[in-house]
Amino acid sequence: MSKLVVTSIGPASSVQDGGRPGSQRYGLTPSGAMDRLSLAAANTLVGNEPFAAAVEIGPFGATFTARGGAVRVGLAGASRNAEIGGRPVAFDSSATLADGETLNLGFARGGSFSYLAIEHGIEGEPMFGSLAVNARAGLGSPYPRPLQSGDELKTKAASGAAERRIELPAATDAPIRIVFGPQGDEFTAENKQLFLNSEWKISATSDRMGYRLEGAVIKHRDGHNIVSDGTVNGSIQVPGNGQPIVLMPDRGTSGGYPKIATVITADLGRFAQTSAGRPFRFKAVTMAEAQAEAIKFHALLHSLPDRLRGIDDFGLNIEALRDANVAGQAVSAVDVSTWQVALP
Amino acid sequence: MAEPLSPPRLLPSGDSAITVEFSRTIDDAANRRVLALDRVIAAEPIAGITETVPTYRSLLVHYDPVQITFDALGEQLLARAAKAPPTEGGTRRWRIPITYGGEHGIDLEDVAKALQTTPDEIVARHAAGDYRVAMIGFTPGWSYLSGLDKFLHLPRRKEPRLVTPAGTVSIGGIQTGVQCLAGPSGWHLLGRTPVRTYQLHRDPTFLLEPGDAVSFTAVDAKTFAEQDRAAEAGEFIAELVAP
Repeated sequence: MSKLVVTSIGPASSVQDGGRPGSQRYGLTPSGAMDRLSLAAANTLVGNEPFAAAVEIGPFGATFTARGGAVRVGLAGASRNAEIGGRPVAFDSSATLADGETLNLGFARGGSFSYLAIEHGIEGEPMFGSLAVNARAGLGSPYPRPLQSGDELKTKAASGAAERRIELPAATDAPIRIVFGPQGDEFTAENKQLFLNSEWKISATSDRMGYRLEGAVIKHRDGHNIVSDGTVNGSIQVPGNGQPIVLMPDRGTSGGYPKIATVITADLGRFAQTSAGRPFRFKAVTMAEAQAEAIKFHALLHSLPDRLRGIDDFGLNIEALRDANVAGQAVSAVDVSTWQVALP
Repeated sequence: MAEPLSPPRLLPSGDSAITVEFSRTIDDAANRRVLALDRVIAAEPIAGITETVPTYRSLLVHYDPVQITFDALGEQLLARAAKAPPTEGGTRRWRIPITYGGEHGIDLEDVAKALQTTPDEIVARHAAGDYRVAMIGFTPGWSYLSGLDKFLHLPRRKEPRLVTPAGTVSIGGIQTGVQCLAGPSGWHLLGRTPVRTYQLHRDPTFLLEPGDAVSFTAVDAKTFAEQDRAAEAGEFIAELVAP
């Protein structure tokens, strides 16, 4: 029996998978990964089902040590400086920790969440078919709470399969696309335009339940109290202070503030990765466009196994080096201590 | 009497869900139509629907846009809504024990003062109510009940509490509710029930369904303590009195 021991980890890090939809009528929050494409990419790298449970790692650094045998991992999502026993490891690729070796991950760059998938998956007891942590409801396995140092993620010994990298579409800074509704008509045309024309930032008080937006004050046509109705991932509700909150996978299943718009499915993961304080904008699309994008996103998820490639012979990742060198300091390919850590 | 029912509004909730809205206010007739549409969809499924979530005034329908478009699903939902009879069909009725006041219902005295009456009067009126589960939401098992005596209608607290105890029975606005887990609340806490509306390893995990009828029985704190232990061990405690 191999295991990956969490030797250090920051907040907002937990085991997540595809979540537990199906019981929202009883108030059960679906939870699941903030960035489903990155979860699926990490899992695909090590031959797992796309929405198997993996470690969702928040913005801060983390270290993991293999015990009881080798452990093979896949890394995707927000990239970080990564090394195993002094060997640099690239994101969007797999790597193997020999028994006793430690994977060191730096701060997240250009995003908030990274995904560490473990070959053969994480052992746990599914609750409503999912290991995803929902700390408020006491759900999740092997631990019904965010990860802490000392936690153990049990798995089977590494297969020894050749390492892989995965080619994903290039990152984009394009506006986050929304469709207006369900309560778009609770807002005047001027306020909807203000919502689209404003530059927004995500507040540092955001979490897996919701992202609070800072920017313009959006006014309601008549009052901010509506009768509670159902919510979805990406619902943009506007409370009395006019500062919108975008509901994320740990959202309440119902809410009593008017929802001006909804983030489209294809952009939910990209939105979740928006770092606190970084300016961004929204763009309205039609339902037909949003559904066409949802179908394309679905096809992208299914194409992931076809996007696997072999790792280059040298094991030298130019992109990781270039990322590490953004501050202009000298960076050694072999000396991890020279890598710049981008503080959030 | 045979006035045709007005069709619900179809509101887009992103590219993968439709809110089928029957009313903009809390309205028992609208809630019955929500639950009727929910039953019809369960009986005659529409390919592509992944989950339905009934609330007071609307049914949220989650679907897979790879399988069905907004327009095609909207049409089918309107057709189903037009033929869904908002009648009671085999409604289950539960009797649920509550201990009122004291440490279990810390707002009882204040509610009595605010409504210019005695705590006994508040308890008598609340316990006499004939309620229906209008929706379950917010956190697992949090059951919102319609049918609160008008005398007990009271605005929510100005300062919501960050933590209220598991099993709390409270009133807020024109509603009353039973929460299962400890959590934040802006409602007035009248008492507690030992009944777990949600318990992970019990069958069924969720005791109440939207549409179920509920009445309360006042019990003393000693009975509460005994029943609380039994409930923790997996007993329902809630009594199914009909059908």
